[in-house]
Amino acid sequence: MVKFEYAPAPESTAVVDIAPSYGLFVDGAFVDPADGEPFKTVNPATEEVLCEVVAGGPADVDRAVQAARRAQDGVWSRLPGRERGKYLFRIARIMQERARELAVLETLDNGKPIRESRDVDVPLAAAHFFYHAGWADKLSYAGFGPDPKPYGVAGQVIPWNFPLLMLAWKVAPALACGNTVVLKPAETTPLTALLFAEICQQADLPPGVVNIVTGAGETGRALVEHDGVDKVAFTGSTEVGKAIARSVAGTRKRATLELGGKAANVVFEDAPIDQAVEGIVNGIFFNQGHVCCAGSRLLLQESVADEVLDSLKRRLGMLRVGDPLDKNTDVGAINSAAQLARIRELSDIGEAEGAQRWSPACELPDRGYWFPPTLFTGVSQAHRIAREEVFGPVLSVLTFRTPAEAVEKANNTPYGLSAGVWTEKGSRILWMADKLKAGVVWANTFNRFDPTSPFGGYKESGWGREGGRHGLEAYLHG
Amino acid sequence: MAEQNATSPNTAARIAVRKTYKLYIGGAFPRSESGRSYEVTAADGSFLANAALASRKDARDAVVAARGAFAKWSAATAYNRGQVLYRVAEVLEGRRAQFVDEVGAAEGLDARAAGLVVDAAIDRWVWYAGWSDKIAQVLGGTNPVAGPYFDFSIPEPSGVVAVVAPQHSSLLGLVSVVAPAVVGGCTVVVLASEERPLPAVTLSEVLATSDVPGGVVNVLTGRTAEVAPWLAAHMDVNALDLAGAAPADVQALEVAAADNLKRVRRPDPVEDWAAEPGLDRLRAFLETKTVWHPVGI
Amino acid sequence: MTSEPAGARSPALETVTSSVTASESALRRFLHGLPGVDQVGAEARAATLASRSVKADAKRQLIDLAISCIDLTTLEGADTPGKVRGLCAKGRRPEPDDSSCPQVAAICIYGDLVPVAVEELRGTGINVAAVATAFPSGRASLAVKLQDTRDAVAAGADEIDMVIDRGAFLSGRYGQVLDEVRQVKAACGPAHLKVILETGELATYDNVRRASWLAMLGGADFIKTSTGKISPAATLPVALVMLEAVRDFRAATGSQVGFKPAGGIRTAKDALKHFVLVHETCGDDWLDPAYYRLGASSLLNDLLLQRQRMATGRYAGRDYVTVD
Repeated sequence: MVKFEYAPAPESTAVVDIAPSYGLFVDGAFVDPADGEPFKTVNPATEEVLCEVVAGGPADVDRAVQAARRAQDGVWSRLPGRERGKYLFRIARIMQERARELAVLETLDNGKPIRESRDVDVPLAAAHFFYHAGWADKLSYAGFGPDPKPYGVAGQVIPWNFPLLMLAWKVAPALACGNTVVLKPAETTPLTALLFAEICQQADLPPGVVNIVTGAGETGRALVEHDGVDKVAFTGSTEVGKAIARSVAGTRKRATLELGGKAANVVFEDAPIDQAVEGIVNGIFFNQGHVCCAGSRLLLQESVADEVLDSLKRRLGMLRVGDPLDKNTDVGAINSAAQLARIRELSDIGEAEGAQRWSPACELPDRGYWFPPTLFTGVSQAHRIAREEVFGPVLSVLTFRTPAEAVEKANNTPYGLSAGVWTEKGSRILWMADKLKAGVVWANTFNRFDPTSPFGGYKESGWGREGGRHGLEAYLHG
Repeated sequence: MAEQNATSPNTAARIAVRKTYKLYIGGAFPRSESGRSYEVTAADGSFLANAALASRKDARDAVVAARGAFAKWSAATAYNRGQVLYRVAEVLEGRRAQFVDEVGAAEGLDARAAGLVVDAAIDRWVWYAGWSDKIAQVLGGTNPVAGPYFDFSIPEPSGVVAVVAPQHSSLLGLVSVVAPAVVGGCTVVVLASEERPLPAVTLSEVLATSDVPGGVVNVLTGRTAEVAPWLAAHMDVNALDLAGAAPADVQALEVAAADNLKRVRRPDPVEDWAAEPGLDRLRAFLETKTVWHPVGI
Repeated sequence: MTSEPAGARSPALETVTSSVTASESALRRFLHGLPGVDQVGAEARAATLASRSVKADAKRQLIDLAISCIDLTTLEGADTPGKVRGLCAKGRRPEPDDSSCPQVAAICIYGDLVPVAVEELRGTGINVAAVATAFPSGRASLAVKLQDTRDAVAAGADEIDMVIDRGAFLSGRYGQVLDEVRQVKAACGPAHLKVILETGELATYDNVRRASWLAMLGGADFIKTSTGKISPAATLPVALVMLEAVRDFRAATGSQVGFKPAGGIRTAKDALKHFVLVHETCGDDWLDPAYYRLGASSLLNDLLLQRQRMATGRYAGRDYVTVD
């Protein structure tokens, strides 16, 4: 018998060229900040500093919004959709051409496995631009009136879990519909957005159509609250989302919010068990669980609970946790020290509340931010780990006896972003889909995304949808 | 083509290498099986080239190729079809100068006017390419039936479409009839403009060097009146676009097409190929499939 | 051969087998009660595993393992004693100039040529495997199939590769399929039995899973994907489903059944993907010629080319491997 071990298979970082420091991307050029301060961005897998970026101040935000306004009035709103679309096609193509560079950079800055940035984040981001490029000259067919109009300047704030993909979700539809944008990437993951700025330059996108102001929460607040912004789009925590909802109250600003979730992944006894196990793993350990729609509550029908748990534990034993740049890594680094602390805290609470904690044997690197794949059994709806979003590789396992009980537990949350259903019975899938209060229901799959498919949540998971024909509504009015 | 007639063997003038214009069937460029060709002249009457004069057997082979390509092309994801068709536009743009020459010669346009036509043709192709992953979202949907059923309707391609291309608009018109059929997942046998076939042959070279699988588009040059009836009557053709059929022939072609109830797109009396086309032609070659499924525990 | 499949049937195996095969209806209920296989999910899982990167020492080790797991095969109407002798020589010394190169696990041939291979391989440790039971179609009477098996065993075959009756399986006559496997197993005597499902004819992964269990319940020492005469053959998702079956069968009965993908595995890269599947699906206990075989002919030379590439650091040429 052979002891099978993968040799290290690190992706080369030679394709990326990170400058020691970056300015802000305003009006088509990288500029020094007016009142912003520099800060460092690190590789969460090693804690090494990657480079210095700017936390944009109010004057920086103002300059970017003004540039976006000028571009909107002077250029972008005057271009026929056909020509706007061509810019988006160009961007999509350049993203495809520079895919490996984007993937490596994303993994360095975010800590996610290169397999995911290479096979999921980057191709989907490019596809998002490609899809919306085609809409730019077809908006009159989208169902929002014969001649729908853009809002104007969109202020967009995105999270650190899918930095480039969330950028694409925000920028592509905004531009396709004729808006210009000021985008603030997350504090801990600004680098692919800055590379995207370079892509805009290569595409000869008119100056000011896309502006990128890096920074943390304060920069985001300045952007959201800026008078010159017509439309706010935010992806992130429900807490910040509510603050934004309050800040746009009484203004002319429109807002779309894509917030937290605590999705139930419901496995019935007649499920395709091997695929369900894969789906559970993909549902919660994809991107280290840093996924707003993660299937963080596993609901198992009692008759198969032990069988599924055994399979699941065996499967978790095969997960490869470690160097995100290794092509065989399944689970990478936690994005930041702060997030790691939050995951630890909630996990400790889970244990203190009486749930049983289990992780496979796995060696974690010495440096960097790491948390092992973890599952809690014996969890009830009353436990905090069953109610609060952990945003990490932590799965709470609950059980149920009947479909009605599964629905009741699944819906028993202030969130309503996504849900999963596993059964080979088609009519039950549709019955569950009908009852579940969630914006996306995955049946016999989980964490699938496509530019044509609208995404977004019920209740405290947000306002509006992103992607597909429905997502255009966020950037158009009749 | 004056530059091709070098006056003296002693001058440094270079003799141009001329292209042979052939058919495009199943991804290959055969001559007509009949061995025939016909003379193609410019709008001013000067000789341009000899084009292949397709026979009914060439049409038959083209339908076989189109049928063979249908399963895979129609099953490709909409995203994939969109990528492939957009790639065609990229390659078209790269051949812009050649198309300007050919369209100018064929339609008697100066370089500027021909350039506008070629630009419009490229943009038209891009417009249709973008529909690949949107048409189902615009034409399809769910139906709120009164009962415990989930019910939805989706468009699906009709199959092999035979197209009689517009006679006057040799490139823009051609693109405007080929693109809507293939973007929806149909495969096509197109009979090029009889008198102005050269841009169609060059378009087939573009298709062959893009990522379009062989057989998805098949291009025949020749006499419309000779070949069109065979396509109209062919029992393995599912739809027929009569855009370029002579008004006097339309009825007979429709009658022939009725034998297997082909979906027929009649020619418009006045077709403005420069105008935005709308969804008419896209819809013409799509079936609607409705699916019912019970909802219950 | 480092170890042998368990010969004696464990009590757990007897218990499971006797309860689920007690009647035709019990057998059907059991097979249809196995969890379904979602096609999309299974194919996605196989594709993810296929994207694993195997490099350096790991690759070197697996290439040698692959060579030692090969059932080097010729199954042509045109086969002759000369062809079989050539194949045996190749199997013994795949790399004539390099004694560190392992030999293959077995030579797989038609039954009438078994005596030739037995003669050539005596004392080498390489097994002689014979296809039997009216291979590849399996369309003959049971009497003929059993005689086919007994002939090959009598001639010295160490292993028998039988085919199941796909017609009977697809029309739901599971008991008949089970009975044939049992009788062929009995006819094998000491020879090991590999049961070929011919997955390319079974149409669905659900059927692949059921047929795998049926073969194992019937006493298979190995389950094998394909004859190599039908395409598709040993695809990665099929291998995944069958590996899940041997894994689950061991968990249920304590009995470890081997797995042999065959047909369509032509490159070292293909072989490595199959090993990744084994490692991540049922673990390293199967990474042994006693429990894992690769049915192949052209694969061996690609493995040798890769082996040379890794030894020399330059790309190898096909003129530098032998053609037998």
